[in-house]
Amino acid sequence: MVGRAVTLEAAIRIKRNGFTLDVALSAAVGETVAVLGPNGAGKTTLLRALAGLEDVEGRVTLDGEVLDDTSRGVHVPAEKRRAGLVFQDHVLFPHLSVIENVAFGLRAQRQPRAADVARKWIDEAGLGDRAEALPRELSGGQAQRVALLRALATGPKLLLLDEPLSSLDVSIRAEVRRELTRQLASFNGVRLLVTHDPLEAMALADRLVVLEHGLVVQSGTPGEVTARPRSRFVADLAGVNLLRGEAHGDRVVLAGDASLAAPDAGEGDVFAVIHPRAVALYRTRPDGTPRNVWQGQVDSVDLYGERVRVRVSAPVPLVAEVTRAAVSELGLNPGASVWIAVKATEVSVYPA
Amino acid sequence: MRRARTPAAIGLLAGLGLLLFVLPLAGLILRAPWSQALAELTDPTTTMALGLSIFCSLTATAIALVLGIPLAMILARTRGTVRNVLRALTTLPMVLPPVVGGVALWLAFGRRGIAGSLLYQAFGIQIPFTTTAAVMAETFVAMPFLVIAVEAGLRSLDHRYEEAARSLGAGYWRVLTRVTLPLLRPAIFSGAVLCWARALGEFGATITFAGNFPGRTQTVPIAVYLALETKPEAAITLSLILLVVSVAILVGMRDRWLGAL
Repeated sequence: MVGRAVTLEAAIRIKRNGFTLDVALSAAVGETVAVLGPNGAGKTTLLRALAGLEDVEGRVTLDGEVLDDTSRGVHVPAEKRRAGLVFQDHVLFPHLSVIENVAFGLRAQRQPRAADVARKWIDEAGLGDRAEALPRELSGGQAQRVALLRALATGPKLLLLDEPLSSLDVSIRAEVRRELTRQLASFNGVRLLVTHDPLEAMALADRLVVLEHGLVVQSGTPGEVTARPRSRFVADLAGVNLLRGEAHGDRVVLAGDASLAAPDAGEGDVFAVIHPRAVALYRTRPDGTPRNVWQGQVDSVDLYGERVRVRVSAPVPLVAEVTRAAVSELGLNPGASVWIAVKATEVSVYPA
Repeated sequence: MRRARTPAAIGLLAGLGLLLFVLPLAGLILRAPWSQALAELTDPTTTMALGLSIFCSLTATAIALVLGIPLAMILARTRGTVRNVLRALTTLPMVLPPVVGGVALWLAFGRRGIAGSLLYQAFGIQIPFTTTAAVMAETFVAMPFLVIAVEAGLRSLDHRYEEAARSLGAGYWRVLTRVTLPLLRPAIFSGAVLCWARALGEFGATITFAGNFPGRTQTVPIAVYLALETKPEAAITLSLILLVVSVAILVGMRDRWLGAL
């Protein structure tokens, strides 16, 4: 965490239909925090709770002001919070023009000359020629920008973005992402976004909070999180093999009694990470130094440009990354028999 | 797709059903005294009935809007038994024979009625057989159409628009007047038109509760009924006017008609 004054502090619990969201997080002015997790992890519920649109148990403070505190019966309603919420599918008012959408919050705040202020926001965003358009006449990217302007124009202290790019065409995503990065950088408040898309999270966030099944499983900078995944979801997004087991000196005993050689594994419950590039495949049993050698069968073969990811089911199931040439040389078709080898020094182990 | 052939018997019955609709309308149009229509239209009895009908039906629609929209909002928020009871109460006038509605209104607001006696003792006000009674009868019968349409609109409304408005700092009344009601406009409009059409055609409850006083409670349907004996040309002309209004509503609302209900 960066050493600046933390201005959003939340420790909340929401129970709904057998699902429990239990999250503690904090965010400071000037940093963008991305809550990353698979669909159904509770990300949108978390945003709605911070915006004041859900009943929560626990405590939320923003810039010293208590927004929720169930122990004292405090709940600041959504309209009284300085929290700007940008919905995944924008939710622009369909009966109002772009300028009236942006002016809506200003009018609610009884600001004089709301339309003039709104026009200035729109002009600065380069949308001046769309000011009188209705939301249905906008492209996805334009709608996204108007939704952001509408939230920013009210001068919130907390900006909440729900999957800001996922509803957009892949072709315009990069452009909107650049624009969004610029807008986020110029916003002087706490920035929190939720997404299921690791690329979106990595591109926009200074810090990640990984949410799974309603719980925070990991947080840190994108580099820290991907270097030491603590869940299958993060391991998949980092593209690494994640194993969990019991460390005994220089061995890690995995589920199903398979064992992994790893120097200085330590003791106790650990995660072991192996990068697919460190997983070597052979037709016959390899000689030499690798101490982790298993026989298995090719499960699936996926192309990623010039590289190929081969999933092998073995006592220790792993994904290997090889070249296309290797695939044809070794005959790596699904069902083919192969040997896997991993050097002990390629296994990185850290406490679970 | 190739469907099974429709048997001739089905076609015959359907044709008879259609005739039941078409023949009376054809009769009305063919028998219309077109040459005298203008004269009938300027007849004082006719103009009075027309003016009263327009006044009463529009007033009833206005009252239905003021009372019916809040009622629909409450209905849309309730669940379970409460909702079923409220719904039954508000939609009962749609299935209740209008005459029964008139009798019920008379029992409630008549001089000896549960509310009427209080009104009479406290203020000396008598409602039955006044224009007020005609408006009340029409509202009683027609308001459910508006309530049902608006409630359906509210239930299918994406409430995230209201949440977005709240998160932008809008309080309850601003959300209602700037977001909810504008978004409900199609539902409110079609509900109001249906409500007005029903009020305009109201006969049974009105004649029971408000009687038949020219200029005071004699609306077009009542005038038509009475004129049929004495001045059939006037009855036909007034019927044609109501028919034109109905057709205009049907054409104007052909997309919304069923969608709202």
